[in-house]
Amino acid sequence: MQRTLGWRAACAAMLALALTLPAAADETPKRAGILTYMIPADSAPSFDGHREETYATIHSVAPFYSVLIRANPMDPSSPDMVCDLCTEMPQPTENGTVYTFKIRQGVKFHDGTALTSADILASWNKIIFPPDGIVSPRQGNFQMVDKIEAPDPYTIVFRLKFATDAFIPALADPYAFIYSKAKLDQDIHWYEKNIMGSGPFRFKNFETGQSIEGERNPDYYHPGLPYLDGFKGIYADKQVTRVEAIRSDRAAIEFRGFPPTVRDELKQALGDKLAVQTSDWNCGGIITPNHKKKPFDDVRVRRALTLAIDRWGSAPELSKIAIVHTVGGVTFPGSPLAATKEELQQLAGYWPDIEKSRAEARRLLKEAGQENLTFELLNRSTDQPYKYYGIWVVDQWAKIGVHVTQRVLPTGPWFQAMRDENFDMTVEGNCQNIVNPLADIGKYLPHTVSPSNYGNFEDEAEIKLDDQILRELDKKKQHDLLRKFEKLVLDDQVHAIYLLWWQRIVPYRAYVKGWKIGPSHYVNQDLGTVWLDQ
Amino acid sequence: MHRYIVSRFLLVIPTLIGAALLVYTLMRLIPGDICMIRLGGGGNSFSEQALAACHAELGLDSPFGLTLKNMPHLWLLQPETYWPVLRAILGFLEYLWRLARGDFGMSMWSGKPVIQEIATRFPVSLEVAVMATLIAISIAIPLGTISALKQNTWIDMLVRTISIAGIATPSFWLGIMSILLVLDVTQAISGHPWMPSIDYVPLWKDPIRNLSIVMLPAITVGYRYAAVSMRMTRSAMLEVLREDYIRTARAKGLLEKIIINRHALKNALLPVVTVIGIEFAFLIGGLVVTEQVFNLNGIGRLMVLSVQNQDYTLTQALVLLVVTIAVLTNLAVDLFYAWLDPRIRLS
Amino acid sequence: MTDIAPTPTGATLLVDDDYVAPRGIWSATIRFLRRQPVGTVGIVIVAVFGLCGLFADVIAPYNPTANDFSAMTEAPSWAHWLGTDQLGRDILSRILFGARTAYIVGVTSAVVGGFSGLVLGVGSAYFGGRTDLVLQRILDIVMSFPLIIMALAVVSVFPNGFKMSIFGIAISTGSVSAVIFAITIPLIPRCARVVRSSALAVREVPYVDAARALGYGHMRIILAHMVPNVVAPFLIMLTSFVGQAILAEAALSYLGLGVQEPVAAWGLMLQGGAEEYASTAPWIAVFPGLAIMLTVFGINLFGDALRDVLDPKMRER
Repeated sequence: MQRTLGWRAACAAMLALALTLPAAADETPKRAGILTYMIPADSAPSFDGHREETYATIHSVAPFYSVLIRANPMDPSSPDMVCDLCTEMPQPTENGTVYTFKIRQGVKFHDGTALTSADILASWNKIIFPPDGIVSPRQGNFQMVDKIEAPDPYTIVFRLKFATDAFIPALADPYAFIYSKAKLDQDIHWYEKNIMGSGPFRFKNFETGQSIEGERNPDYYHPGLPYLDGFKGIYADKQVTRVEAIRSDRAAIEFRGFPPTVRDELKQALGDKLAVQTSDWNCGGIITPNHKKKPFDDVRVRRALTLAIDRWGSAPELSKIAIVHTVGGVTFPGSPLAATKEELQQLAGYWPDIEKSRAEARRLLKEAGQENLTFELLNRSTDQPYKYYGIWVVDQWAKIGVHVTQRVLPTGPWFQAMRDENFDMTVEGNCQNIVNPLADIGKYLPHTVSPSNYGNFEDEAEIKLDDQILRELDKKKQHDLLRKFEKLVLDDQVHAIYLLWWQRIVPYRAYVKGWKIGPSHYVNQDLGTVWLDQ
Repeated sequence: MHRYIVSRFLLVIPTLIGAALLVYTLMRLIPGDICMIRLGGGGNSFSEQALAACHAELGLDSPFGLTLKNMPHLWLLQPETYWPVLRAILGFLEYLWRLARGDFGMSMWSGKPVIQEIATRFPVSLEVAVMATLIAISIAIPLGTISALKQNTWIDMLVRTISIAGIATPSFWLGIMSILLVLDVTQAISGHPWMPSIDYVPLWKDPIRNLSIVMLPAITVGYRYAAVSMRMTRSAMLEVLREDYIRTARAKGLLEKIIINRHALKNALLPVVTVIGIEFAFLIGGLVVTEQVFNLNGIGRLMVLSVQNQDYTLTQALVLLVVTIAVLTNLAVDLFYAWLDPRIRLS
Repeated sequence: MTDIAPTPTGATLLVDDDYVAPRGIWSATIRFLRRQPVGTVGIVIVAVFGLCGLFADVIAPYNPTANDFSAMTEAPSWAHWLGTDQLGRDILSRILFGARTAYIVGVTSAVVGGFSGLVLGVGSAYFGGRTDLVLQRILDIVMSFPLIIMALAVVSVFPNGFKMSIFGIAISTGSVSAVIFAITIPLIPRCARVVRSSALAVREVPYVDAARALGYGHMRIILAHMVPNVVAPFLIMLTSFVGQAILAEAALSYLGLGVQEPVAAWGLMLQGGAEEYASTAPWIAVFPGLAIMLTVFGINLFGDALRDVLDPKMRER
């Protein structure tokens, strides 16, 4: 008994050590310095992570808050989540429907009050079961949650309606800041304009439309962290400003990502003073046909349009100028559940021989009587990569004799046009905060199930398959079911035409250490492990 | 004269009401709304309850009703168009009533009072505008005068070329080129590319840093401003120099310098001041593109943001501000004209 | 036009009696060219770009919208005289077709805006009183209203599929029409204001009242007296409007509210290349910028020369 306890304690200690110290054992982190970084937005609409859907909020305030579990800061690409406020990742009980988390003791909010499971309960209830009038956009990710309980001050229990592998990644939502119950009781909107968390940094200053600053939290519960004395995030919507800031060392890094030309430009200007990290991005481009508009109600026309696009050939070229890179299906390419190249090449639009593909496309159009097809592509007026998607596919479709013009609208009118079903085909993006392959496919489900689908179609078989996938716990079976789903969506029915997955390129000043890139620009932004080698 | 002044001042009010009506209607005709942008802008999926809650919070849940789709029906006066139109009118009247009480509302994007959002950004724009004006005047008047005096010589040609080039160059292109020029030149000279500080400090806190931020945008804007003013100065001077009284003064043997400064310039300045005044009125609103290029935290950039975000309250307030400045400046110019030309005053 | 004699106040605002009618359009042109060398340069520049735009189908070496991934971001060379942009599209071809877009946008906006402004300005000056008051206030509002809001409203609301074709040359899509519409609106009050102040000077003259007393109709008086007086500043304004419209298209495209891809338009080319490629591939931004500058430069030179020619005939005091 004694030996087992000692062994477990040693393991726990080593685990804690591994989680707190940076992976590079040959460099000793320096405990000093202020990190200045650029935030690619004009401001965060509010500071409340629970209600916003923009990385501007994350990049602004994530350093002030803790979360329950999160992606591993040392390896954000890994599908395994790690604890932030909890002590260890639990195994689910009762047939996989109950998760019991033990909370660290001695965690304090920045105002000195203790953080207990009551705070975690209040925060998560706000996210999953928001009271009337409270905006919680990611509520739909937690449909599997039945109830949350806090039986004692250091335990929190999540009870699910059914066992699913989609729960833990959803729970690692980077927006799920833990707020103080006292503040929420005082005013549930308090966190929209105020900042008070338990994270590695304390709120110092905010200049409207300019910058946000934080300073080290001396009582941070991860020992030794943070390394930085403080940080300053500067808002700059214009890409040129952010690039020049890094070039002239007014800022060290921008965490969202730049197009490849910027990386080349900075490399040329700064040489080895620049470091670059790249990663596949959990964002992709889709073209959604309006199934109710003729001739897109004919699956042959939809199929022809996806067959015409040379993904394999264009991806390497486009990746030089746009933030796109990987050819993939509906599952994030970096995930173990993603399709292999051979599996992809079975799908329409992914055949290795583009001439054969285009010939088939022309044949289908002829069969459907749509040889001189002309239509309008609805697009969003955003440079990267929407503009490039638009120009690229219009040119690709021209190669099978389809004449397409673009209708480019700013974000608001573009959304409205989709919701009003006022389009032929539309270019959309599908970005998810955290890699959750079983849940991320929800975007492709019909509107009755997935409100953010604008394709205007019904498909009972697809809904059933998705339900099966959510409840499947065996990894191999998950993979097979996902392939079936992919075939249905991209090949048999062509409910969506998948374009390319994005790539995330972060060039930064080489003296910034301790930050690892991941597939999501929402994740790993609390700067707890970052240090400056200056 | 007094009646004229008073009546012109009173006319400002219906102008502002008209501008308020125009922006109120236009903004609500644009499809989509701020909630969709806020929740869906990142490409993420969001729940419909969140959208509904956001609409309820910002008062967007009772639809305006006035969309381009149902506008043709207005002419048929069907009952289902009465209610939305009536509601729209009531909404506008309520807005006017709040305006009269000084309540400009909260920004729908940030939740902060509109006055606060504008007040933090106005000084930057004002500073750039004033500096651009100063640069423009100090370049335009001397150069325009010289160009007029030495008409059709190479100096005249040079000045005219510079001024037309200033009008012909897209200002944002000039701005981008100048930023890059500064970066490349400083890198070539010192090995370190230099760019002005990104966060703004007011002039009294740190004049050097402030000027380093504001100087390049002011020059970019001022160049175009100077170009327009230079041409006006030249043509006004040319006209004045042709006048009989100048010929008389020359015949009398007065020194050329005195002729220019005391007689010609004073009279030529009338149209020049007019042009400077009119251009200044548009400058404030026209800073939109310049502030985008230089990432200045001014009201021009704020206007782009508020329009893109479909933030009705903020956009409405900004438009009123810009229109007020323009109208008051034009009023000042008109009054100046009237004071000098009795014919118009008495019409 | 000489049926009303000059009045004792010396307002020979109509026809200059000393003016000898040219013996034909050709000699008038020669005289203009000789007297106004600078203006001639302007006309030549404008004509060259205009012809480029008109015959772009024939002259352009490549299709302006065809992507060519094997030739991305290439520097100027014999194959591509002005280089290629980031999608491999030939910049020379895009500039030639862009001239077409620029002239269509410029001329249409200027003409529609100018003539609307003419009508409103002259009407406002002639009828005076309350009409003038109300009209002036409306024009004040429209003139000071920020272009960006107007442009956003127009771009979002404009019906799709609005195609235009001039001389059988199809101009693409709704986005060009939307931009023309958006740019025309602020031009109208500017023109109206200038026209109005010129027309007002005529309004005060007694013979207009005399003409009314004689029973001449409104239209006749307007067309016979006011319009000739404002023709000179109006024409000058028109030329400057074309330049302003081209610049406005550039600014709107920069903000994303102008012409949309893949239409070849100079402002749009600038937006695509100006910032991202300014240091690595400067030709992407420099050439469209030069094209805009040269064209507007030429237009302004021509406008200046026009003013010098028309000015003395107008200015008899």
